[in-house]
Amino acid sequence: MIEIRNLTKRFGTLTAVDDLSFRVSPGEVLGFLGPNGAGKSTTMKMVTGFLPPTSGTATVCGHDILAAPADAKAAIGYLPEGAPLYPDMTPRQMLRFVGEARGMGGARLAERMETVTELVELGHVMNQRIETLSKGFKRRVGLALAILHDPEVLVLDEPTDGLDPNQKHQVRDLIRSMAAGKVIVLSTHILEEVEAVCTRAIIVSEGQLRFDGTPRELRERSRFAGAVEVTVPKEHADAASASLGAMDAAAGIELIEATGEEARITVFPGEHAKGALLVAVQEAAAASSWSLSSISVDRGRMDDVFRTVTTASAGA
Amino acid sequence: MRGIITIFKRELVGYFSTPVAYVFLVIFLLVAGGFTWKLGGYYDANQADLAPFFSWHPWVYLALIPALSMRLWAEERRSGTVELLMTLPISAAQAVIGKFLAAWAFTGVALALTATHWWTVNYLGDPDNGVIAASYIGSLLMAGAFIAVGSALSAITKNQVIAFVLTFVVSLLFVLAGFPAVTDFFQGFAPAWLVDAIRNMSFLERFGAITRGVIEARDAVFFLSVIALFLFFTTTTIELKKAD
Repeated sequence: MIEIRNLTKRFGTLTAVDDLSFRVSPGEVLGFLGPNGAGKSTTMKMVTGFLPPTSGTATVCGHDILAAPADAKAAIGYLPEGAPLYPDMTPRQMLRFVGEARGMGGARLAERMETVTELVELGHVMNQRIETLSKGFKRRVGLALAILHDPEVLVLDEPTDGLDPNQKHQVRDLIRSMAAGKVIVLSTHILEEVEAVCTRAIIVSEGQLRFDGTPRELRERSRFAGAVEVTVPKEHADAASASLGAMDAAAGIELIEATGEEARITVFPGEHAKGALLVAVQEAAAASSWSLSSISVDRGRMDDVFRTVTTASAGA
Repeated sequence: MRGIITIFKRELVGYFSTPVAYVFLVIFLLVAGGFTWKLGGYYDANQADLAPFFSWHPWVYLALIPALSMRLWAEERRSGTVELLMTLPISAAQAVIGKFLAAWAFTGVALALTATHWWTVNYLGDPDNGVIAASYIGSLLMAGAFIAVGSALSAITKNQVIAFVLTFVVSLLFVLAGFPAVTDFFQGFAPAWLVDAIRNMSFLERFGAITRGVIEARDAVFFLSVIALFLFFTTTTIELKKAD
């Protein structure tokens, strides 16, 4: 369990984290979102005890990071941004070093080293100097270090940054497989990642909380949620937009001239028509002279909400 | 204690897994030996002792220890590994002490390898081995003081070159503090107690006293105090500046 209470960090005149409070319970995988410079990394650095807060505090598994930093740090596995490692060591030496620094030794360390090596698939590079490894392997070594002591709390700062799609997939599988009973907080720029692994999403901007909910709620906040998107042959575009725009169920339409032979029209649902819109569009198409090439219901777009939530305040 | 030992081990192994260790050792042995037998006038003195050998140590350390100590913290801060280190359940003080002890032990290895000189003088004549043993201990204490200064100055920057230059300059001040040129300069305006205090800070004076054959408590305490003070500076600096 992580509990963050009124956490604030100022660098000179810049307020990086501004009175942030939230809690994360075991079993939750929290996606920590926000634009660059929103205070994500700064928050993580404070929770892991690297950076002292200007005011406020956080407790990790009941240990206050200011009053009992060693106990709090012992409960956390942390992957810092960019996964910094000692280039002149091998993954094996690195794991042994971190394990010993965490007070592990003997059979337990050997067993955990074997387990995490298998989990992140480091096997054949274990005795190679880290400076010779690819970015993907370095990130995996960083992850192995974070999970080595089987921590109750995992804090991962951009765990999939710089990985290829297969490696991303692997890391997400790994995170999902560890989620039971643990508190996992990960920051990311990739919104689809939130949907893929997180049970909860938080958006911060300018150091303040802007959204807190499930990925589904985040998506449904989008103005596209429930909208129906149709494509029609280009020559039917005008007729189609006229009849779709006139429907009772539609609040408005947006016509996008697609390249090639087809035009795309997005129909936004009216106040109470979310469920009925699809049927209404199909009926409108059947009753008129234009023909439908494709039709789909938009489940809502995270990037749309992300933009709205994080730019609204900047403009105001 | 566990933290100190873990850091100590990692650092010491680290020295030997890069060329740094071997370059340092070879140059240390060449310089220490060359100065002694050639420039030190060992043969001309026609005396079986190691005084010429030890008299060069402050200067050898002045040139080589900044190169050894510059990476202690600057490198950690530049590469970001300080974040990995400081989020382990190890305190900053433990990390500072562990790193210091590793560098000190490494210098001790270099010093131990000069034991051939000791053997040589014993083969050639009949030296006072008590004086030589005291000188070795004094030399090691002085090396520790140089490293502690270097550790503190390595902690204030991410740039190893800056760490090197600063350590060299500050160490030079410590070495030269007892020189007439320096004390004369201060005599012009400073009160007598301050001039005395500055002279008493001189590594050269303190080390000289030890190599004359007696390890006096106050000389040993002086070097140990310098070590403690600068390690305290290092810890404070790391705690304040680690994330900059």
